[in-house]
Amino acid sequence: MALSTLNSGAEHAREKIVRELQGTRFDISGFIFRFSLIFGLGSGVLILGAVMWDVVGDGSGFLFDRGWEFLTGNASSRANSYGIFEGLRGTFWIGVFVVVFAFPLGVGAAIYLEEYASDSRLTRFIELNIRNLAGVPSVVYGVLGLAIFVRALDGFYPNSIDRHLGSTTAAAGATLAILVLPIVIITASEAIRAVPQSLREGGFGVGATKWEVIRHHVLPYAAPGIFTGTLLSLARALGEAAPLILIGGVLGSLGPKSSLLELEQLGERFTAMPLMITQLAKKPAFIGDWNSATAAAILVLLVVVIAANLIAICLRNHYERKRS
Amino acid sequence: MRNGLRTTALFSLLVSILIVLSLVFEAVTFLNGIKISWLWGDQWAPPFNEYDLKTPLVGSLIVTGIAMVVAVPIGLASAIYLSEYAKPITRKWLKPVLEILAGIPSVVLGFFALRWVTPNIVQQINPQAPGFTLAAAGIGVGILTIPLIASVSEDALSAVPNSLREASSGLGAKRVTTTIKITIPAAISGLVAALIIGISRAIGETMVVFLAAGGGGNQAQFTTSAFDSGTVVTAAMAATTAPSDRLSEGVALQSLYFLGLLLFIITLLLNLIADRFVRRVRIIY
Repeated sequence: MALSTLNSGAEHAREKIVRELQGTRFDISGFIFRFSLIFGLGSGVLILGAVMWDVVGDGSGFLFDRGWEFLTGNASSRANSYGIFEGLRGTFWIGVFVVVFAFPLGVGAAIYLEEYASDSRLTRFIELNIRNLAGVPSVVYGVLGLAIFVRALDGFYPNSIDRHLGSTTAAAGATLAILVLPIVIITASEAIRAVPQSLREGGFGVGATKWEVIRHHVLPYAAPGIFTGTLLSLARALGEAAPLILIGGVLGSLGPKSSLLELEQLGERFTAMPLMITQLAKKPAFIGDWNSATAAAILVLLVVVIAANLIAICLRNHYERKRS
Repeated sequence: MRNGLRTTALFSLLVSILIVLSLVFEAVTFLNGIKISWLWGDQWAPPFNEYDLKTPLVGSLIVTGIAMVVAVPIGLASAIYLSEYAKPITRKWLKPVLEILAGIPSVVLGFFALRWVTPNIVQQINPQAPGFTLAAAGIGVGILTIPLIASVSEDALSAVPNSLREASSGLGAKRVTTTIKITIPAAISGLVAALIIGISRAIGETMVVFLAAGGGGNQAQFTTSAFDSGTVVTAAMAATTAPSDRLSEGVALQSLYFLGLLLFIITLLLNLIADRFVRRVRIIY
C-alpha cells in the first residue's frame, strides 16, 4: 500500500516535470506581467508621441506660413505678426555664458576631483555637496541669481528707482551657468573615471608629468564622454524658464531692437525662448492664433534642444560601441 | 595647475554657501517683517499680506501625489522591461526615446498640460473642472518625472549581478518569478531611491504648475481638491516676481525667499536620503 502511493507520487512528479519542461501549459502570470510592462513602456512612448504630435500639428503650419519673419521679428500684441527674435537672442547668449563659464569650471573641478584630490574628508564633502547641488530645484538657483547677481548689479545704478536694472542678460547667463555646473562636474567626472588606469601608467612609464598625462592621455580619451555631458547640460540650460522668471526676465517684448551679437545687451534687460513661450501660453487660446504661435515657438525651442540631445546620445552610443 | 583646478572644485562649495546664506538672511527678514498669524489663513496672496503656508504646501502634496501615480507605474514598468525583458536591439531604440522625453523643457510640458491634458483628460473626468487645475499640473509633472524614475530604476536593476538570475532560473523559476522574487528585492534600495528622487524632482518642478494650475496670478485660494486651481511652493515663488498687475514689493517680495528656504530644506533632505539608498546598492554589489 505504502509502496504504491510512493510510486504514484513519483509518477505524478515525473509527469509534472515533463509538462513543465515541454512548456505545454500556458504561463498566465508571466504573460500578464510581461503585458503590463509593455503597456507601461508603451504609454511612456505614446505620451512622447502625443506631446510631439500636439505641438508639431499646431505649430508647423504657422511656422511655415510665417517662416523667416517669425524667427527674425519682434514680439507683438497680435499673433499674426509675432516674432521670436528677442527670445532667440537671449537664449543664444545664455548658451554662450554656459559654454564660457560652466564648461571650463565644471571640467576643471572634475579633473581635480578625479586626478588630484586625495580621499580626504574635504574631498568627500565636496563630492556630496555637488551631488546635492545637482538635485536643488532650478527655481532655487533663481533665488540665488536674484540675491547675488541682480542685487549686486543693481549697485552699479545707485540713482535708479527701477528695481529691475540688475535683471540683465549677464545675470541670466551667470545664473544658468551656475545651475548646470554640478551636472557638468558629475558627467565629466564619470567620463574621466572611465579612463583605463593602464593609460595613465603608460604615460608615467615614459616619464610624463602628471599634467602631461592628463593633458595628452586622460582628456583625449575622456573627451567624447565630457562632450556628451556638456551638450546635455547646455540643452538643459536653454530650456530652463523658472530661474529666469525669478531674476526678472521680461515676459514679452523688450522694445528697441538690437542685433544678435551686440555686446551692449549683456547689461540690458533680457528675455529668452522659454520665457516667450510662457508668455504666449498664458494668452487666452480662443483669441486669434495664439495657440499656433505658442506651438510654433515651442517647435523652434524643441528643435534646438532635441538636436543637442540627439547628438549627445548618438555620440555616446558610437563611442560605447567602439570601446566595448 | 593643481591649485587652479582645486579652486574650481571649491567654487561649488561657495555656490552652496551663497545659496544657504541668501535664503536664510532674507527668510529671517521676512519672518521679522510679518505677524506670525499671517502664516495661517485661507489664501496665499503676497500683495495682500496673506501668506497662508498650507495653501502652497498642500498644493505641492496634491501635485506630487498625482505625479507619482502617473510616473511610478510607467517609469518602473519601462525600467523592468528594458532591463529584464527587452532584446538588445529593442533597448537600443527605446532608451533614446526615454532620454529625449527627459530632455523636453518643462515649459513645453506646461503648455501641453494646459492645452491638451486639461480639456482631454481632466475635464473628461470632471466636466465642472476649471481651465486651470492642480490635477492637470500633476499629470504634466508626472510625465516629466517618468524618464528620471525609469533611468534610476534601470540603473538599480542592471546593478543586480546576473548570477542571481541564473541561479533562480537554474532552480526552475519562470522569468516573472525571477523578476518579482529575486531581481526586484535585490534592487529594492535603488528602486526606493528612484521613488525619492522622483518625489524631490516633482516638488521642485515650477513651470508646469505655473502654467497649468495657477489661475489668478499672484493669488491662490486654499483648496484640498485636485480639480481646483491652486498653487504649489515653486509656482508661488515664480508668481511673486512674474510681471502682473500687482507687483510684490518689500515683505511680499521676501516671501519668496522664505518659500525657497522651505523648498531647499525639503529637497535637500529627500536627496540625502536617496543618496544613502543609492550608495547601499553600490556597497552590496
